[in-house]
Amino acid sequence: MSERTTEREVGRSRPRKEDARLVTGQTTWTDNIGVTGLLHLAILRSPMAHARLTRVDVSGALGRPGVVAAFTGRDLAATTASLPCAWPVTEDIVLPDHPAVAVDEVRYAGDPVAVVVARDRYAAADALEAIEVDYEPLPPVLDLEAALADGSPLVHADKGTNRSYVWPLATGEDYGAVRRRADVVLRRRYLQQRLIPNAMEPRAVVVTPLAASGEYTVYSATQIPHVLRVMLSMVTGVPEHKLRVVAPDVGGGFGSKLQVYGEEVVALDVARRLGRPVKWTESRSEGHLATHHGRGQVQDIEVAATSEGKLLGLKVDLLADMGAYLMLVTPGIPILGAFMYPAIYKMDAYEFSCTGVFTTRTPTDAYRGAGRPEATYAIERIMDELAVEVGLDPVELRRRNWIGHEEFPYTSVSGLTYDSGDYEAATDKALALFGYDELRAEQAKRTESGDPVRLGIGVSTYTEMCGLAPSRVLRDLRYAAGGWEAASIRMLPTGKVEVVTGSSPHGQGHETCWSQIAADVLGVPFEDVEVVHGDTRSAPQGMDTYGSRSLVVGGTAVHHAARKVVEKARRVAAHLLEADERDLDFADGVFSVKGSPEARRTIQEVAFETFSSHDLPDGMEPTVNAEHLVDPDNFSYPHGTHLCAVEVDTETGRTSIRSYVCVDDVGRVVNPVIVEGQVHGGLAQGIAQALYEEAVYDDEGNLVSGSLADYLVPGAPDLPEFTTDRTETPATSNPLGVKGVGEAGTIASTPAVVNAIVDALRPLGVRDVAMPCSPGRIWEALRSARAGREAQKEGRS
Amino acid sequence: MIPPAFAYARPTGVEEAVRLLAGAGEDAKVLAGGQSLLPLLRLRLAFPELVVDVGRIPGLRGVREEGGTLVIGALTTHHAVVADPLVRRHAGLLAAATATVADPAVRHRGTLGGSLAHADPAGDLPAVALALDAELVAVGPDGRRTVPAREFFVDYLQTALRPDELLVEVRVPKTDEADGWGFHYEKFSRVAQAWAMVGVAALVRRDDGHIAQARIGLTNMGTTPLRATATEEALAGVGAAGPAGVDGVARAAQSAAEGTRPAAEPAVSAAYRAHLARTLTRRAVLAAARMG
Repeated sequence: MSERTTEREVGRSRPRKEDARLVTGQTTWTDNIGVTGLLHLAILRSPMAHARLTRVDVSGALGRPGVVAAFTGRDLAATTASLPCAWPVTEDIVLPDHPAVAVDEVRYAGDPVAVVVARDRYAAADALEAIEVDYEPLPPVLDLEAALADGSPLVHADKGTNRSYVWPLATGEDYGAVRRRADVVLRRRYLQQRLIPNAMEPRAVVVTPLAASGEYTVYSATQIPHVLRVMLSMVTGVPEHKLRVVAPDVGGGFGSKLQVYGEEVVALDVARRLGRPVKWTESRSEGHLATHHGRGQVQDIEVAATSEGKLLGLKVDLLADMGAYLMLVTPGIPILGAFMYPAIYKMDAYEFSCTGVFTTRTPTDAYRGAGRPEATYAIERIMDELAVEVGLDPVELRRRNWIGHEEFPYTSVSGLTYDSGDYEAATDKALALFGYDELRAEQAKRTESGDPVRLGIGVSTYTEMCGLAPSRVLRDLRYAAGGWEAASIRMLPTGKVEVVTGSSPHGQGHETCWSQIAADVLGVPFEDVEVVHGDTRSAPQGMDTYGSRSLVVGGTAVHHAARKVVEKARRVAAHLLEADERDLDFADGVFSVKGSPEARRTIQEVAFETFSSHDLPDGMEPTVNAEHLVDPDNFSYPHGTHLCAVEVDTETGRTSIRSYVCVDDVGRVVNPVIVEGQVHGGLAQGIAQALYEEAVYDDEGNLVSGSLADYLVPGAPDLPEFTTDRTETPATSNPLGVKGVGEAGTIASTPAVVNAIVDALRPLGVRDVAMPCSPGRIWEALRSARAGREAQKEGRS
Repeated sequence: MIPPAFAYARPTGVEEAVRLLAGAGEDAKVLAGGQSLLPLLRLRLAFPELVVDVGRIPGLRGVREEGGTLVIGALTTHHAVVADPLVRRHAGLLAAATATVADPAVRHRGTLGGSLAHADPAGDLPAVALALDAELVAVGPDGRRTVPAREFFVDYLQTALRPDELLVEVRVPKTDEADGWGFHYEKFSRVAQAWAMVGVAALVRRDDGHIAQARIGLTNMGTTPLRATATEEALAGVGAAGPAGVDGVARAAQSAAEGTRPAAEPAVSAAYRAHLARTLTRRAVLAAARMG
C-alpha cells in the first residue's frame, strides 16, 4: 500500500500563524476578559516569612466602598480542600496540608491571609488595608543544612521535621568499590540559586458561574487546562462535568503556569459562594512572591576517574529547597534531574540521593528544564574541573568519556535508553564555528601578557530527557497521572480541517507546527488547517504542555490521527472510484487508481462525500474523523554542544560574552524558525541564571528581589549575538523523528557561561564563582584568590 | 500595583502650580514625566493627598542660550536633551549621560527637572548636574531663587526645594570642547536598563598639555550624588598625555572614594563600590582627557 506523501510543510520556516493576533493585540488575554457584573479579587499577603495568625478580622474591609465580600482562610477552608501535590515521590513523604489561604500559620512572605471581593480592582486593593491581622512571629527557616539539624525551627511543627523526603538511586556497580580503584576523586559543591520565572503575562483567572445549573467556566493563564479541571474539581468539589477550563492565549509560562494555584481555587470558590463572576490578576511584584520559584538546590557532586580522565563513577547528593509547601510537582523536580547527572558519559557506577527540605520561602516547582538544568550544570562544571585535574583539554576529556555514535541505542548508567545521537558530529561542528583553537591561542597570549581583561572558554555538552513521559515510568516514579497525549482531526464538509490537540500552547507555536504536520499527512494546504486547543469543551482530552513534550507526544498524536483519517478516507475514495483500496495511491492529498491516474478524488472531496453520506461503503460509519492517543515508549534525548567565550574585566569583575556557539540536535525539525526562537529564548534564560538572576532573601526571610528593579531579567542589549546551528539525528521513538526543543538552550547554556568565567580566572587562582556571577562576586573571588596566593607566598618565605 | 487614592490637579501656569503646592503643604507631589513618581505610587511607597501634574504648563520645555550659560526648561524630556544641538555643543556630558538613562520609553517621558527633583542618588543626572556646576531655579510663593547644584541635593530623595516650590529651569555653564573641555560618563550597571551600581561623570579642561581643571560627580556612592573632591584636586596639573600623565590620573583616582558612604546590597559590598568608584574614575578621567 503506497503511503507516500510529499513533505512540503515539515521542515519549512513558516511564519507563526498565531503571531498576527498576538502582536496586533487582537487576542483576548485572561485579564482582558470582561463580563457583566464582574467582581475583582484582591489578596492580602503575609509580610512575614513565618508567623502564627492569632487574629484575622476582615470586618473593616466589608465596610469599605465597593466591597462585596471578604473571606479569611478559615472561611474558605470550609469549602475547599488542600491544594494538590500530584507527585509524592516516596511512600513516606511528608506532605503537609496546604490551604489556599492560610488558616493558622503563614509560612512564607506572600502566603495569602485574606481575600477581598469588590466591584473594581481599586476598591479591592484599598480595602486590603482595612483588614486587621495579628501575627505572632515564628523563626524563619532559610538554610537547607541548618533546617535538617536537630533543634531547627520547623516550617510545619506538626510534622516534627523539615525533611520532606529522601529519594535514593544507586545503579551500575557499587560506587564505593569503584571509588576505591580510582586515581582521581574530585568533590565539589555547587549552588543552584532560586529563580523567579517571570513569564511575560502575569497570572490571571476569571470564573463565570451559571448558578442555575451549577456550571462554572474557569479562564486561566495556565499551561494545564486539562489537569487544572481535574484538580479544581477535586479541591472544590464542583463535579468535573460541570467545570469547563479555558486557557486563552497565554503569554509564556516556563513551568510557572504548570500549577494548580490557590488563587484559581479561591476564584472558583468565591464565584460559587456569590453566584457572580470574579477575576484575579497578579501584579508583577505580587507574582514574585506568589508564583512558584525554580531551582534552589545545594549540589554535592563527586566523580571518580582514572588518571587518564576516564570516568569510573559519579555520586550526587542534593538538598532541594521545597519552599513552604509541596505544590503540584514540587518534590519531583529534582528527581527529573536524577537520571541526567551521568549525561552523555559512560561510567560504571552511579549513586544519587535527594533530600527535599522545607523552608519558609515561596514554594518551588517546575522552571524551564526542571531538574535537568541543575544536573547538567553540576556534571558539566565538574567535568571542567576534572579536565584541569588530569591535565586535559575539556573537550578532549569529554571525547574520552562520551557515548560513541556507533554505540546507540545505549543504556546509560542511570538506566535511560538513549535511542540516538551523535555527540562527535555536534561537537566538531561547534568547534569549527567557534574557532576553538584560535581562541585558545589568543587566551594563552593574553594570560601571558597579564591582560587585565581575561579571555575564558566554556564548554557544555549536554543531553536531556524530553517528551514526558511513558506512563509506566511515571507510575514507577509515583507520579499520579499518565504521560499520554491526545489529538483528533475533524474533516469539515468543505474540506477544511480542524486539528484538536490536548497540548496547551502558551507561546510555543503549536498552531503553526501542528498545521504543518497535518497538512503533510493529509496533503491539504497549510492554510486549510486550524488548530483547536486550550479549552476542555472543544479539546476535551489532554495532558497539556511542559517538559518539551508537546511536539514529541502531542505532535506524534496529530500525525497518527491524520494517518487514521487518510485510511478512513481511502475506504470512501475506493468506493467512489469503484476500485479496491489496495489499488489506490495517495499522494499530495489525492487518491488515484493505480494505472489510471485520471480516476481520482481529493481527500477534501472525500470529506464532502462523507458529509453528504449519500454513497458510502455499506456499513461504514459516516465519518472520516479520527482521534489518536499516544503513550510514548521512551523519552526523547536532544543533545548538543555549546561553546561560550567570555571576557572578564578583572578590574571591575564584569563579564562580557564575546561569542556563543551552539549546535543542538533536536532530531528532525518541523519549523526551523520556531526552533531558532526556542533556542534563543532558552539561551537567554540559561545565561540569565549564570550572570543575572537570583531570588534574594534577607535573614528574616523577606524577598529582597521583589520587583524587576532588583531581580535582573536581561534584555536584548545584555545578550550577545548567538551562532546557532544543528545536527539532525532523528529520534527513533516516534514517527516524526523529533526530540523536543523547549528546554535545550536553558539546560546547556548556564554551565557553558560559568565554565568560561572560571576558565578565564583559573590562572589567577579562582576555582569557582557562585551564580549569578555578578561583577561583585567575581571581584570578591579574585580578591580572595589573591589573598590566598599572598598568604601562600608568605608561608614559603 | 494600584496607587492609593489621591486628588489630582493640572495647573496651567507656574503660579497656579505654586499656589496648589502651598495649599497642600507636605502632602502634595509634583508629577512631571511620571517615571519615578508613578512607580512609587503603584508600589504604595508614596501616599500624597494631592498630585500636581505640571506637564501642561507652557514655557518649561526647551533649551536656550544666555551668554556662557545654557538654560534648560525643567520639563525638557531626556530624549529632547539628548537630541538638542545646543546641549550637544555646550554640555556634551549632559547629553552623553542622559543617553544612558533607562530605556527609550523612559527617556521620552522622563524629564531633566523631574530627575533632579527626585534626587535619587542612583539616578545618573544628579551627579552630572554636580559635575557641571549647574544651578537650579525654583519658583515659590516669594518668587524665583537659584540654588547651586552643590547645595541642592540634601539627602536621600531630598532636595533644597521647599514643599511649595517648583523647579522650573536648570542653568548649565557651557563646557565647550573648543575651550579645552572633555567629558565622559562612565556608568556601571548590571543590565542595560538598570540603575547605575556606580557612575562617574567626569569633566576635564586641558590647557597646555596638562589637566587644568577636573570636575567629577559620583553616582550612587552615598545618599546624595557626590563630588570626588580629593581626586579633582590631585588631578590639577597632571600631564594630559603620555605614560606619566596616565600614572598621574591613576594615582589621583585612588582617592575617588574618599568621603563617600556607599550602601551595601546583596552581592554589592561597600568595599566593592568604593573600588568601582576608583577604577571608573580613572577610566572616566582618561576618556574625558582623551588619554584612554
